[in-house]
Amino acid sequence: MDILVCIKQVPGTSRVEIDPETGTLKRDGVRAKLNPYDLNAIEMALALRDRVGGTVRCVTMGPPQAAQAVMDAVYMGVDSGVVISDRAFAGADVYATSYTLAQGIGRLGAFDVIFCGKQTTDGDTGQVGPEVAELLDIPHVANVTRIDEIAAGYCDVCANQDDSEARLRVKMPCLLGVDSDANTPRQPDAGRKENLAQDDVVSKIALNDLADTDESHYGLGASPTQVERIFAPEKNTAREMFEGNAEQMAEALYRVLAENGFVSGEETRKTDQ
Amino acid sequence: MKTDNSHDLWRGIAVFAQTQNGDLHDVSLELLGKALELARVINHPVYALVIGYNVGRSAEKLVSYGADKVYVYDEPCFEHYTPEPYAAAFSDFINEVRPSSILVGTTSLGRSLAPRVAARFKTGLTADCTLLDIKENTDLMQIRPAYGGNIMAQIITPRHRPQMCTVRQKVFKYPKPARDPKGEIITKSLPAQALHSRVEVLDVLERPRDVDIMHERVLIAVGKGIKSEKDISLIRDLCTLLDAQICCTRPLVEQGWFDAKRQVGVSGRTVAPELILTLGVSGSVQFTTGMRGSACIVAVNSDPAAPIFDIAHYGLCCDLYEIVPLLIDSLKPHGAV
Repeated sequence: MDILVCIKQVPGTSRVEIDPETGTLKRDGVRAKLNPYDLNAIEMALALRDRVGGTVRCVTMGPPQAAQAVMDAVYMGVDSGVVISDRAFAGADVYATSYTLAQGIGRLGAFDVIFCGKQTTDGDTGQVGPEVAELLDIPHVANVTRIDEIAAGYCDVCANQDDSEARLRVKMPCLLGVDSDANTPRQPDAGRKENLAQDDVVSKIALNDLADTDESHYGLGASPTQVERIFAPEKNTAREMFEGNAEQMAEALYRVLAENGFVSGEETRKTDQ
Repeated sequence: MKTDNSHDLWRGIAVFAQTQNGDLHDVSLELLGKALELARVINHPVYALVIGYNVGRSAEKLVSYGADKVYVYDEPCFEHYTPEPYAAAFSDFINEVRPSSILVGTTSLGRSLAPRVAARFKTGLTADCTLLDIKENTDLMQIRPAYGGNIMAQIITPRHRPQMCTVRQKVFKYPKPARDPKGEIITKSLPAQALHSRVEVLDVLERPRDVDIMHERVLIAVGKGIKSEKDISLIRDLCTLLDAQICCTRPLVEQGWFDAKRQVGVSGRTVAPELILTLGVSGSVQFTTGMRGSACIVAVNSDPAAPIFDIAHYGLCCDLYEIVPLLIDSLKPHGAV
């Protein structure tokens, strides 16, 4: 079975800088890590390979140093990975990212199942997976918690919905978004870390490798959404700060809670007194 | 499918009105209320799109709350959500109505469906907007926290129509019924081949509703100020005394101390309780976006510069380990009286 996992390198910290001109993230010089939600997708992909055999590849879009995210996936057991990278892709929004990924995946060949994490910790949208599925014209299921059965041409999966859990039969090829509590991701393998070199397991794809090489279809310029301005959230200036030592503050807090009806039995006590 | 970028051909603010067992999801009416506000600014009509099975009463309710036209796709195959037939109905609606903007609730269904439709129309989709406004030129100003950091972004979709965004439940207020509803209901159908799905629903298990922090009256939120997992029992005592449920910030979920269902914030739930008491929560935008609609916000944090104090109504700059036992003491006698 040919399995693919879409992964992303995200900032290792939430203290990130924004480019004031483009409103996009400054990635240079920021410590980066593999998106934590992708670990569940990688785990489900590897578990599927363990069950039915085949290969697991991963794909990411980003600057050349995103190869490190591929290596992290490879250390967990992914066979190899591809970085889709080109200056032309920079500043892409959800649609332009999904288009680039779909183009890149098309270049890699055919897959039976494509896994994605639930969302990323930097964009926080969770929208790229379903958009990629639409652009590849394959079905998708979000919030998958497990794969029950794999048969010729389809798989049965369990997926979380808001107030329910659905069992679904999905025709392959398909894209599965993996829920964050679906599994416990395995640890990187020390042996693989020691023996595998980046040049042997990571390859690169640039604009000229894609079926659509028209630069105007990628990156910031091809993004339907634009960040018009960025600003600090508004502050509440009417707040009351309690003063004094801990006892006095606790007493003041108790009074506010009681006056606003959050202390059960307070009315009773008042009448008793 | 090619998007026509001549904006004048796209008129109206549309709401995808999600239903559950034939009834409207609360977020649908919250979005309708906002759509009515936005439409008034540019003098556009308001549309609602209903996809489901036996959803007649939902369509009527949307009219009674002021929708000008409600488009209904009512088929047995829509009883349970599957992406392709829903996207087919959604696309049919867009092609016929050509709305300028479309608002979708950020439910698990909305998160799955909206991107599929947006990609089909090669247009923008802004997730989890917390504020919406509109310009005279019909550009929708979509405001959301960005990059999980302490920053808000205002996003527009200047060259594409429809403009699409998602909004969570409890971000906008539940509207009042229209005084003089005049809307009409338009029933649509699709050819059988458009309803073909490569995802088949085998069965759906309603989950017993466990505590949903979204529906609680009082919440106590804990953050990184909690030093060890065993200290949570102290907070649970306070929860019992205040009849509150406990919720938390993202790092505590990542540490494995809490289930993700207890997480407040951009990557967790949005809550708007009558009271939220935050203990040792610094107040990143990631977190505050999910709770700033709360009626009363009380913040306890030992760092006077913590951004949580910027949105709090009452602030206590001190160690939660000092305050919580004192508060528990003052609350306790009541149970004993």
